[in-house]
Amino acid sequence: MKRGLDGPEPDERPTPAGRRNKQGIRIDPEVEATHEPRRTVISALVEHEPGVLSDVSGLFSRRQFNIESLTVGPTEDEDRARITIVVEEPDPGIDQVEKQLRKLVPVISVRELEPDAMRRELALIKVNAERPDQVAAVADMYDAKTVDSSPETATVEVTGARQKIEAAVETFSQFGIREISRTGTTALARGTDQTATAGSTAQPADEANRDDQYQRADDD
Amino acid sequence: MSERAAKVSPADDEQDDDQITDSATPDAATEDDVKSETTEPVTTGAESVVRALENAGVEHAFGVQGGAIMPVYDALYDSDIRHVTMAHEQGAAHAADAYGIVSGKPGICLATSGPGATNLVTGLADADMDSDPLVALTGQVPTELVGNDAFQETDTTGVTTPVTKNNTFASDSDRVGSDVSEAFALAGEGRPGPTLVDLPKDITNGETDREPDAPAVPETYEVQERADEEIVKAAAERIENAARPVMLLGGGVIKSEASEACREFAIEHDIPVITTMPGIGSFPEDHELSLEMAGMHGTGYANMAITHCDTLIGIGTRFDDRLTGGIETFAPDADLIHVDIDPAEISKNIHADYPLVGDAETVVEQLVDAVDKSPEATKWRAQCQQWKSDYSMAYDAPKDKPVQPEFVIEALDEATSDRAIVTTGVGQHQMWACQYWTYTEPRTWVSSHGLGTMGYGLPSAIGARIAADDDQEVVCIDGDGSFLMTLQGLSVAVREELDITVAVLNNEYIGMVRQWQDAFFDGRHSASDYSWMPEFDKLAEAFGAEGFRIDDYDDVADTIEDAIAYDGPSVIDVHIDPDANVYPMVPSGGDNGQFALAEDQL
Ligand SMILES: Cc1ncc(C[n+]2csc(CCOP(=O)(O)OP(=O)(O)O)c2C)c(N)n1
Repeated sequence: MKRGLDGPEPDERPTPAGRRNKQGIRIDPEVEATHEPRRTVISALVEHEPGVLSDVSGLFSRRQFNIESLTVGPTEDEDRARITIVVEEPDPGIDQVEKQLRKLVPVISVRELEPDAMRRELALIKVNAERPDQVAAVADMYDAKTVDSSPETATVEVTGARQKIEAAVETFSQFGIREISRTGTTALARGTDQTATAGSTAQPADEANRDDQYQRADDD
Repeated sequence: MSERAAKVSPADDEQDDDQITDSATPDAATEDDVKSETTEPVTTGAESVVRALENAGVEHAFGVQGGAIMPVYDALYDSDIRHVTMAHEQGAAHAADAYGIVSGKPGICLATSGPGATNLVTGLADADMDSDPLVALTGQVPTELVGNDAFQETDTTGVTTPVTKNNTFASDSDRVGSDVSEAFALAGEGRPGPTLVDLPKDITNGETDREPDAPAVPETYEVQERADEEIVKAAAERIENAARPVMLLGGGVIKSEASEACREFAIEHDIPVITTMPGIGSFPEDHELSLEMAGMHGTGYANMAITHCDTLIGIGTRFDDRLTGGIETFAPDADLIHVDIDPAEISKNIHADYPLVGDAETVVEQLVDAVDKSPEATKWRAQCQQWKSDYSMAYDAPKDKPVQPEFVIEALDEATSDRAIVTTGVGQHQMWACQYWTYTEPRTWVSSHGLGTMGYGLPSAIGARIAADDDQEVVCIDGDGSFLMTLQGLSVAVREELDITVAVLNNEYIGMVRQWQDAFFDGRHSASDYSWMPEFDKLAEAFGAEGFRIDDYDDVADTIEDAIAYDGPSVIDVHIDPDANVYPMVPSGGDNGQFALAEDQL
C-alpha cells in the first residue's frame, strides 16, 4: 500500500522567478533590499480612562514593537490624554504600530509626527558635587537648573531634545553621576498643524523629510 | 436615557403609543402591546444586563453558574433567553463561538469570576484569532474587594486584554446594561471578535431604573465600508490584464456574507479560486474553478497555483503563516490585491500592491462594477486543471488493511446533505476533514483555525447545533486526543437532546504530533502514544448518548447511516489506521510550491 500522494516530485516542478523579503515586499533577488529601522515619534490622542495606558503598552510588548519611550499626560480636554511614543522600526513596522493603535477602542486618533515636530524630554541628573563651581558651569552650558544641592551632591534639571539630554549626561559624567531619571520624549506638531485630531487619518511623514530629521529635531 | 434607548424601552409610554400608530397591521400592534405589558422595568444592574441581551435579539446563552455571576443568572430566570448550562466554561466559549459562526450573530457565554473567567480564556483566544463574534459576561468580586486577592478574584480584564477585541470593567449599575449593549455591537461590527464585560457583584446587585441603550459602537470605533475608488480602478485594470489570476477567499468573505458576490465575480471572469482554511465553504468545492484550500496541508494544485499566479486577489484573509509558508516564497511573482475591513491586516505579512480597505461584500461589488473585461487566462486555467490531475487527492484503501481516515470522511459526507455542518478538533483528523469533505456552502465549516485548539470539536458542535436549522445535520469529526479534552460536553448534548454525530478518528496517537515526530524527530514518539484511550462508544453510553464502533470497512457505511439517523447525540469510535499521515505537507516556513507528497520528500 502506498503512503503519500502521486505527482511530480518537488525538484521536477517549475519554480517562480521572484522573491519577497522578510517584510513580504517583492524584491529583486539579485539586489536584496532590506528596510532599515528609523526612529520616529507617534502621537496618540486617547480617552482619559483607566486601563488605556496598559492597553497601549501591552500592545507594544505583545507585538514586539521596538519602543524607546512612552509618555502620557492630560491634555487641554480633561476627558482626553496624549500618549507620545518614540519607536524605532523599519517603515512597515511603523505603519503597523499606527494601525494597531488605531484599533484600540479608546484611541481617538494616531499620527506620526513630522521630523520638525517639537520634541522635549526632561532629565534629573544627580552628580557628585566636589567641584560645585564646575557643576554650575556645565549646568549653564545646557540651560540646566540646579534643583537640589547638598554638601556631597547636586541635582540638575535639563530639558530639551533627546540629543541634548544625552550630551548633557555625557558632560556631567565627568563629576561622577549618582542617579538619573528621564521622562522620555513628549512632542507636539509645529505651528497650526494639529498633533492629533479626532477622525484624522494621518499619513506618514513624507519621504523627503526623513533624511534630515535628526538635525532638525535637535533644534533648541 | 438616550433617544435610541427610548425606542427599545417598552417601559416608555410615549414610545409605545408611537409603535402602535406606526404598526402596519393590527396584529403587530397587539404584539407590541402585549410585550409592553409583560416586560417590567429593570430594577437592578443584573436585570439591565439581561435586558440589553434581549434588546439585542439574543435567544441563547452558554455558561456555568458561580458566586459572582449569580445576580445575572437570577435575572435570566425570568427571561425568555434559553440558557444552556455547559459542563466547563471553555465549552461555553467554544459553543458561543460556533453559534456566532453558524448564525452570523454574536454568541453569548457567561462565567463566574476567577476560575470561571480563566476557563473562558482559551475560547476567547480562539475566537479572537478567528475573528468570530462573541460576547463574554464574567462575574467579578464586589468592587470594594477588587485588588485585594479576594476569594475567586482574577484580574479578568487584564488577563483577557490580549485575547479580546475589547473588554470593559463595569463600574456603574446605571451604565452596566449599556456596557453590555456596546459589547454586543462591537463584537459584530467591522472585523468581528470577542468582547468581554466584567461584572462586579455589587454592580449587578445594585439598584437602577435605567434601561440599557440600544447596541451601538462607541464613536472612536470607525469602520470603512467602501474602498478608495482610485485603487479599485487600478486593481480592476490589473485584473483585466492578468495572465495568471487567482482569487484567495478567507474567513472574512463568509463573515461579511460576500460568498455570493465572490462566486459571481469568479465565474463571470473565469478566475480560479483558492480558499484559506477559514474560507472553506465560501466557494463550492465541486465547481471547476475551485482549487480548494492552499497552505500547509492544502491541495497540491492550490499550492502550485498560488505560487505561480501573477495576480492574487486576497479577500478577507490575514495571510497566516500556515497559509503562506515562508514569506520569501509566497506568491513571489504576484501583484497582491488585498481586500480587508481591518486596515492593520493590509501589508502586515505580505505587502499589498492594491490595498482595498472595506467590507468584503461592498468592495467585491465595487470590483464587479469596475472590471469591464475578463482576463485572458485560458492557458492558465488549463494549467490549473493539469495540476488538479497531476496532484489529485487520491488514496489507497485496500479492504484487508485498517480503515483509512479519508474513506471515513468521504462516507460521512455522502451520508449527509450539502448543508450539513462539520465541526472538528485539531490535528490530522481536522486536515482530512478539510481535504476529503466537499464543502459547498458558507457557514458549514466550524473549526479552530488560528489558535488550533484541541477540544474545540464537541462544544462547537453543541453551539452549531443550537444555531443551525433543524434539517441541517451536525457532524463533529474529532481526534481521540482532542475529544478527550472536552468530552464532558456529552452530558450537555444528552440533557439538551441535541442531534449531533461525533466521529472520533481513533488512531491511539495524538496523530499530528506523531506525524511530526516521524518526519523531524527520528520517529521518537515521546508522549504521543495514546494507546491508553477509553472505549469511546461505551463512554458515550455511560453519558446516555448512543455509542457505535467501526473496526473495518464493512462497518463503515451502515454504522455511519445508523449514527446519523439516531435522533440525539451519538459517538462513533472509528478505529483507523494508526500510521496514516496527512499529505500534501509544506513544512513550517517552507515553500508552498515544494510541498511534500510523502514522508521521503520532507
Ligand atoms: C489544547 C492543545 N494542546 C496541544 C496541542 C498540540 N497538538 C496539535 S495537534 C495535536 C494532536 C492531536 O491529536 P488528536 O486529537 O488525537 O488528533 P489526530 O492528529 O490524531 O487526528 C496536538 C497535541 C493543541 N493544538 N491544542
